[in-house]
Amino acid sequence: MKILVCISNVPDTTSKINFTGDNKEFDKNGVQFVINPWDEYALTRAIELKEAKGGSVTVLNVGEADAEPNIRKALAIGADDAIRVNAHPKDAFFVAQQIAAIAKENNYDMILMGKESIDYNGFQVHNMVGEMLGIPSVTPAFKLDMVDDSTARLEREIEGGKEVVEVKLPFVASAQQPMSEPRIPNMRGIMTARTKPLAVKEPVGAEVKAEYVGYSKPEKKGGVKMIDPENAGELITLLRNEAKVL
Amino acid sequence: MSVLVFVEGLNGEIKKSSLEAASYGSQVAQQLGTTATAVAIGEVHEDALAKLGEQGISKVLYDADDRLKQFVADAYVKVIAKAAQQESAKVLVFSNSNIGAAVGSKLAVRLNGSLATNVTTLPKTEGGSFVVTRGVFSGKAFADVALTSDVKIIAVKKNSFEVSSNGGANATVEKLSADLADADFAAAPKETVMQDTDGGVLLPEAEIVVSGGRGLKGPENWHLVEDLAKALGAATACSKPVSDLDWRPHHEHVGQTGITVSPNLYIAIGISGAIQHLAGVNSSKVIVVINKDPEAPFFKAADYGIVGDAFDVVPKLIEAARALDK
Ligand SMILES: Cc1cc2nc3c(=O)[nH]c(=O)nc-3n(C[C@H](O)[C@H](O)[C@H](O)COP(=O)(O)OP(=O)(O)OC[C@H]3O[C@@H](n4cnc5c(N)ncnc54)[C@H](O)[C@@H]3O)c2cc1C
Ligand SMILES: Cc1cc2nc3c(=O)[nH]c(=O)nc-3n(C[C@H](O)[C@H](O)[C@H](O)COP(=O)(O)OP(=O)(O)OC[C@H]3O[C@@H](n4cnc5c(N)ncnc54)[C@H](O)[C@@H]3O)c2cc1C
Repeated sequence: MKILVCISNVPDTTSKINFTGDNKEFDKNGVQFVINPWDEYALTRAIELKEAKGGSVTVLNVGEADAEPNIRKALAIGADDAIRVNAHPKDAFFVAQQIAAIAKENNYDMILMGKESIDYNGFQVHNMVGEMLGIPSVTPAFKLDMVDDSTARLEREIEGGKEVVEVKLPFVASAQQPMSEPRIPNMRGIMTARTKPLAVKEPVGAEVKAEYVGYSKPEKKGGVKMIDPENAGELITLLRNEAKVL
Repeated sequence: MSVLVFVEGLNGEIKKSSLEAASYGSQVAQQLGTTATAVAIGEVHEDALAKLGEQGISKVLYDADDRLKQFVADAYVKVIAKAAQQESAKVLVFSNSNIGAAVGSKLAVRLNGSLATNVTTLPKTEGGSFVVTRGVFSGKAFADVALTSDVKIIAVKKNSFEVSSNGGANATVEKLSADLADADFAAAPKETVMQDTDGGVLLPEAEIVVSGGRGLKGPENWHLVEDLAKALGAATACSKPVSDLDWRPHHEHVGQTGITVSPNLYIAIGISGAIQHLAGVNSSKVIVVINKDPEAPFFKAADYGIVGDAFDVVPKLIEAARALDK
């Protein structure tokens, strides 16, 4: 089975988010980048399926060279090879176009992604890619198993419940907890990752449909008002009369 | 040209998040000097559809095909695309739900449109531009995005837009049929299992959320969370370790690896306030923290706080909440 896993290179959750140049650019200074946490669920599930059924796992990132440490990390966790589409992505449509182009060249059996990139919170690339390729996209899925060699069974979350879906290969799915238990690379993995192939490709097209023109931050909270635990019921009164949320 | 809003049903009624989207859509229509049409699919009562007039919707296109009772992305996309074509819609509005965002993303490709998900404001349309604000960096920032294609698709963040009810006349309901083929149902679900909410409120739709963490010690103490939730008409949620320990189901887990909620009121009981937890709740309008440790990091993100033992404090809150006149 040939599996493609798409990973986004994102600021670690604990990062302070700042902007430069009159709030027009994200400030990468001092920010630690990680593999998008949701993508790790996709990656480990792909590796588990490969371990059980054979095949290969390719990781794909659309980004600049500074994403390579995290691409190598994905190789150390157990992917076989990697592709980086060398571009500064400016919107999700552009990213989806690149992923679809790579997929068309390579006949993957499944394309796995995370549910959402925690930087731009789009929740969209997987469905765009599915539509571009004309194959089903099952998102967000929290369970993925093979029924037989050509059919997968997934469970996806919908508001207020879940759906059980069976799809023929190939398909796109996005992962969320608890699809798998993300792994930490071991020493051997880190050593072998250095020599695994990482191909760099040039992007196709360059259509940007959503142009980011500026950023702002939420207003600071006014500070916390403490209530005496002996008089806890007072909280309910404040929530009704002061905060007006009850 | 018009504005088209996709509304989702649940148990025959229209979801609150879709009423928000409808209110949003009709205000965009007003801004652009046009009208707003809604498109509904599957199992929704016709009188609920007609009542969308209150949100400023003038017409509803309704595809009642039985096979659409459950969510099938390809079929839904076809129906909405047909409605968009029929109405010459240039702006399509969805709720940023798992269903709304999925069909919105697919339509962005099919209609060659610009898509913005997680949108928190009405567009700025001066000088022919179309700029919306959307939440980015998991609640830590907002971005202004110019949608540059002819067709604009917007998925509105839940609970960031008020449901308007200016009492417009009933909307007219027209049947719509999109000639669906079997192939459109290739990825139809085998089975749809809805949670038993026990008459309670669904977490992704809730205006008030009561959430419990490891400080509650064990599942046997969850009646504290549930009783307070019931008294306030709230949904229940939990931290990640609580669902990892199987004290609560996974779909209740909020945070970076769980779901994101943005209710008017989030009450955290016995939750420390780790950054990964905050990532899922930080756009709540009012946050209340109850924790016995005055140094718990959650207090820094709170609007109201009580330092105390949950087992003493929460029963008092339940009592006070029950005494509220509704
Ligand atoms: C203004 C702007 C500046 C940006 N600057 C940078 C930058 O400097 N460096 C950089 O690396 N990226 C950059 N990006 C790209 C950004 O990190 C996202 O990859 C992209 O915007 C898609 O985000 P989304 O939230 O819509 O994705 P979602 O739809 O939420 O993502 C869903 C899934 O798609 C896959 N995916 C998403 N993005 C990628 C990707 N790039 N490669 C492979 N798979 C992916 C992942 O599996 C992800 O879990 C920038 C984006 C914007 C809008
Ligand atoms: C990659 C990654 C992703 C993660 N994703 C998530 C996520 O999505 N959601 C999430 O929640 N966490 C997530 N976490 C875990 C997160 O870091 C914290 O470990 C977790 O949120 C802690 O849960 P808690 O507050 O319930 O438990 P604890 O941290 O153990 O806190 C319990 C709190 O209860 C208080 N307490 C104890 N007894 C009482 C009492 N009798 N009355 C009142 N208060 C009491 C204590 O003072 C303490 O503050 C993630 C972690 C990682 C590394």
